[in-house]
Amino acid sequence: MSTQRGDLFADIDLGREKLINRLFHGLLVAASLFGLVILVLLIADVIWESYQGLTTFNIDPVQFLTEPSSSRAERAGFGASIVASLWLMALTAVLAFAIAVGCAIYLVEYAPETRTTRLIEANLANLAGVPSIVYGLLVLALIVNDAGLGSVILAGAIALALLIVPIIIVASIEAIRAVPSSVRDGSYAMGATTWQTVRQVVLPQAMPGILTGTILALARAIGETAPLIMVGTMLHATRYPSGPLSSFSAMPTQIYNWTYQADRMFNGLAALGIVVLLVFLVVMYALAGYLRKKYETEGSITNV
Amino acid sequence: MSSNTTDTSNETESTTDESSTLIETEVSVDSQRSQTPTETVVSATNLSVSYGEQRALSDVSIEIPENKVTAIIGPSGCGKSTFLRSINRMNDRIPSCSVDGELRFKGTNVYADHVDPVALRRTIGQVFQAPNPFPKSIYDNVAYGLRIQGKADDVDLDEAVERALRGAALWDEVDGQLEESGLDLSGGQQQRLCIARAIAPDPEVILMDEPTSALDPVAASKIEDLIDELVSEYTVIIVTHNMQQAARISDKTAVFLTGGELVEFDDTATVFENPADSRVEDYITGKFG
Repeated sequence: MSTQRGDLFADIDLGREKLINRLFHGLLVAASLFGLVILVLLIADVIWESYQGLTTFNIDPVQFLTEPSSSRAERAGFGASIVASLWLMALTAVLAFAIAVGCAIYLVEYAPETRTTRLIEANLANLAGVPSIVYGLLVLALIVNDAGLGSVILAGAIALALLIVPIIIVASIEAIRAVPSSVRDGSYAMGATTWQTVRQVVLPQAMPGILTGTILALARAIGETAPLIMVGTMLHATRYPSGPLSSFSAMPTQIYNWTYQADRMFNGLAALGIVVLLVFLVVMYALAGYLRKKYETEGSITNV
Repeated sequence: MSSNTTDTSNETESTTDESSTLIETEVSVDSQRSQTPTETVVSATNLSVSYGEQRALSDVSIEIPENKVTAIIGPSGCGKSTFLRSINRMNDRIPSCSVDGELRFKGTNVYADHVDPVALRRTIGQVFQAPNPFPKSIYDNVAYGLRIQGKADDVDLDEAVERALRGAALWDEVDGQLEESGLDLSGGQQQRLCIARAIAPDPEVILMDEPTSALDPVAASKIEDLIDELVSEYTVIIVTHNMQQAARISDKTAVFLTGGELVEFDDTATVFENPADSRVEDYITGKFG
């Protein structure tokens, strides 16, 4: 039986085709692994550097997390920068969320379907792709200098808010569109106005998606360095910010400033700072993932 | 085609035995009720509706009586849902939709400039093809209409919710779990919840767009029984593709045919036993559509 089968296909030579197939399989796997390997290398390097910092320079983790920075490396900490970043996130979230969600609601629920609205919607994606330094320059010119606000947390928050508004709009439009139109019809047929329908029926269902998009956008904002450098930050965040009108240096700018200091100990501090920043990012992504997961399972419970 | 009653019923019998007997018995009961003279609540005069270039309704004139069940039947795409949606101006939500002619609700042309569709929809309830409860509690679903209309403080809301749920024959099944989500109910219960939601603000007319087509037969028959009770207080206009259902529950039947044309409108008994138009007879006996 087996010999018969062997005879039947004997004159079909697959050697070359199979070789090419295997070759490309390998190449594609390598391409996929490339990004992963680089990421692992990066994290390993940062952890190694921070371990070196902890051991070689005897950096005290508690002091690092609670003390403000200093021009003397042995006294420098990250605390004031962490608090500045939290201030930035809070202000950015407040500024960006209201504007972005308002815009998304208008575009989906109120705006007539004209060429103008389609043009606006198409250009939101372009706006989201504008280099972040451009927003920094804009805020430097208009807010910091012309309005005379100075290089304060609020100015930084405005630059970051401008940066992420288009991202939140796009995510919110998607979330609002995902609310089934049958539910909208039900509300309108009851004699609800557009706002009543939005407030009572659409927003409650779209909110998890909107929040997920907002958190992901904030996760991008927390790591942004260029717009904050444009707005102007302290070389060393030597004191805790007292409010939105304090001068500051956020986590990424403080890390950046540490890296070009002469004292080698600052490199260890910068590595530790990156670890802290990464922890913040992981927490935010986890929160967004949790919300999305919860939203998906809730959405699937229908008995119809 | 013959206009003789016995001939028609014989023909129906030969195609589907069971359903024809059902139609006959129910129709004889209904025809008695439709003897009493009534007032017109919704009337259309030369009503035409188009979606862009596509004409969905052409030149429909009809007078729908108060406190009756009026069934609208016809093949797919004949404009029956369009007609229903033009009564409470839900068609306004479709940008390409344009309306010609007149549609009067209690004597007022609803397409007149001074008529606000939001106000109109507060006096005309609608139940949709697929149950669409809001993702809120059962209580909040039923209270929705009263709340958005600003009437929640003027009435005893708990009592109004209970009355609406009793009216929709759902109270006994949901009593004690009013705070649970409306989405956790079965499909048939969800549809009765939607009916409770529609009747809670006490509208004049209830529009139903194939309200049982997404339900199993048991749930569907509960809705049919409910419609029979609702009609003592409300005017019910129901679109259905189920001719047995139309024959069972309606007093009046309007038959739309392809092209958005109203071909026949009469007492249900007459339409099913002795239709004036031969196309209606063909449609009812299943020769086309």
